[in-house]
Amino acid sequence: MKKDIILAGVGGQGILSIATVIGEAALQEGLYLKQAEVHGMSQRGGDVQSNLRLSSEPIMSDLIAMGGADLIISLEPMEALRYVQYLKPDGWIVTSCVPFLNIPNYPELEEVLGRVKAHKNHVLLDVEALAKEAGAPAQAANMVLLGAAIPMLGIDHDKMLAGVARIFARKGEQVVNSNLAAVEAGYNYAISVR
Amino acid sequence: MKHLLLGDEAIAQGAIDAGLSGVYAYPGTPSTEITEYIQLQESRAPRGIFCRWAANEKTAMEAALGMSYMGKRALVCMKHVGMNVCADAFMNAAITGVNGGLIVLAADDPSMHSSQNEQDSRFYAKFAMIPCLEPGNQQEAYDMMAYGYELSERLKTPVLMRVTTRMAHSRAVVETIEQPKAQNPKSMPQDVNHFILLPAFAKRNYAELVAAQPEFVRRSETDGHNTYIRGTKPEKAILTTGIAYNYLMENYPADMGCSILRIIQYPLPKKLIDQMVADGAKEVLVIEEGQPVVEELIRGMVPSNVVAKGRLTGDLPRMGELSPDCVRTAIGLEPLPKHDSEKLVVGRPPALCQGCGHRDMYAALNEVAREYAEPRIFGDIGCYTLGALSPFHAIHACVEMGASVTMAKGAADAGQHPAIAVIGDSTFTHSGMTGLLDCVNANANVVILISDNLTTGMTGGQDSAGTGRLEQICTGLGVAPEHVRVVVPLPKNMEEIKQTLREEIDYAGTSVVIARRECIQTLKRHLKAAKKQ
Repeated sequence: MKKDIILAGVGGQGILSIATVIGEAALQEGLYLKQAEVHGMSQRGGDVQSNLRLSSEPIMSDLIAMGGADLIISLEPMEALRYVQYLKPDGWIVTSCVPFLNIPNYPELEEVLGRVKAHKNHVLLDVEALAKEAGAPAQAANMVLLGAAIPMLGIDHDKMLAGVARIFARKGEQVVNSNLAAVEAGYNYAISVR
Repeated sequence: MKHLLLGDEAIAQGAIDAGLSGVYAYPGTPSTEITEYIQLQESRAPRGIFCRWAANEKTAMEAALGMSYMGKRALVCMKHVGMNVCADAFMNAAITGVNGGLIVLAADDPSMHSSQNEQDSRFYAKFAMIPCLEPGNQQEAYDMMAYGYELSERLKTPVLMRVTTRMAHSRAVVETIEQPKAQNPKSMPQDVNHFILLPAFAKRNYAELVAAQPEFVRRSETDGHNTYIRGTKPEKAILTTGIAYNYLMENYPADMGCSILRIIQYPLPKKLIDQMVADGAKEVLVIEEGQPVVEELIRGMVPSNVVAKGRLTGDLPRMGELSPDCVRTAIGLEPLPKHDSEKLVVGRPPALCQGCGHRDMYAALNEVAREYAEPRIFGDIGCYTLGALSPFHAIHACVEMGASVTMAKGAADAGQHPAIAVIGDSTFTHSGMTGLLDCVNANANVVILISDNLTTGMTGGQDSAGTGRLEQICTGLGVAPEHVRVVVPLPKNMEEIKQTLREEIDYAGTSVVIARRECIQTLKRHLKAAKKQ
């Protein structure tokens, strides 16, 4: 088993929480893991990404090669496109369809979504709306996205849910349940459109 | 025990497990998390490790040397440019030598993700003539802390550990020991004169340091960290340092057959290099993160008919951090098939947070500056450096920690008016205070605007050394109390802030305006914590 994943978004959106949950589940599975993060100045409203590598064999590089990623998981559609040169020709893009507008020259949204759809393997979803429908707060939108990526991750659905439960356990049962609901909402959406 | 740790956290845990007694540091990306991790562990299970932030890297280095003097193991951490700040203490610590183990940790930032240059700290180790460790992964970073302390105490020298952003900020599973080693007991140096660098003693110490060099090299050759594997086609050799090996192995085809020399400890292991040449190497590709340090050195260590290739020959990019891609190309492989970059993607530069006090400070400053023919505003290092970008375009210089104050002074000395410095509270206590003393002594016609958010914001909100005492510090340095003004940067106070700035610009002497409002990020955290209680 080997999965190279690029997590993308805008500083503050919560991509590192997604990485934490996947990492937790991967470790329980006995997988090797490397996860390169972005810290420092680039966090403040700028583009952020994390390279997450999982494998049943030891991993050498902390970084994913261009053309090497199995999957881009993004909380913002243009940010997903920022890294397509890292994606395998048949790799998956799982991204929120809602733009994060903090720059004056954001391209036409239809064009951005069109470029995502040009990839045969994509899941586009409104993570915040799905979180709301599932009765979860807006902060759980990243867990919806995680749920939508589960079918492509190569980690068992139930084991991923167990990972979510462990990560959020110290915040109480209510937080655990709303995050689990968010993950399920994303998962069900991805299964329905795939 | 197995833990998922950042490279920085592995270093911190390695230091704790090696019997660390004190960590000394000023925050700086990508080194900050080392000290933060030790602070966190210390808050959970106190072991009496000193771990408060220092005012700057020089005070940190000196305090660490003091702890070493007492026989204890000390760690001093900084980003690469911090090495410049502590260079005086660092270079002379190589002359005094150490008592307790002393590791100097420099985290370099090739590609300048969050820095103003990409200087390579390995030059400092060579400059000071001390051993340098450059772990190739998180596990080695952990393991080499214990080794580094033993080496430091055995050889009586500080040891430099050099890491780079990619390892510092990447997580991997690290196997740690169960129980940390006990801290060293207090003990005085056997020969106190070693720490008194009068010329007579310093000459003796320096001669000892020079004489110790072959032993430093021998350790690099025999301690097992540097490894050489003869290839089946040994005329081609590849030399990697630190994490570069990982990029090579990510791509390396099993049948390529090159000899491979993997280096994670310096000085360079001469015997291993000689062996590589004796095995028939005619070409050596040097893959190293940062500047071409080894590539230059090796040219003097191999016969003239052996060709060294790397960043200087264009086989690898001259600048920027390595990637699996550029290493792949350097060993002659085709790139992987991939998509083209998306043309419609535009840049999303970082920006000051909404609600940040620096924003209101710049809004007022810009309006007042416009009232003068040719204002010059000298910026400094921190979040507020983003004032250089849209929408503010407010600053005309930003060089290094504290330079705003003294560059404004120099400009005023040259006849510039208004000459204004914008500096954060933490940067001011790091390196701005001495410059302010220069201003006071010359009664320089400058306004020093301290944008005080009560924290070290850019690195994530660490304690700031002068919080609550900035007015006292400024008046203590000799600024007239009536020219130390405090404003609260909020939109509702705009007129008052502008009037205050005007008055101090028009005052022909040194004045300080403190724009004080808590960092919006630390405020959120404090409110959240208060709500919990």
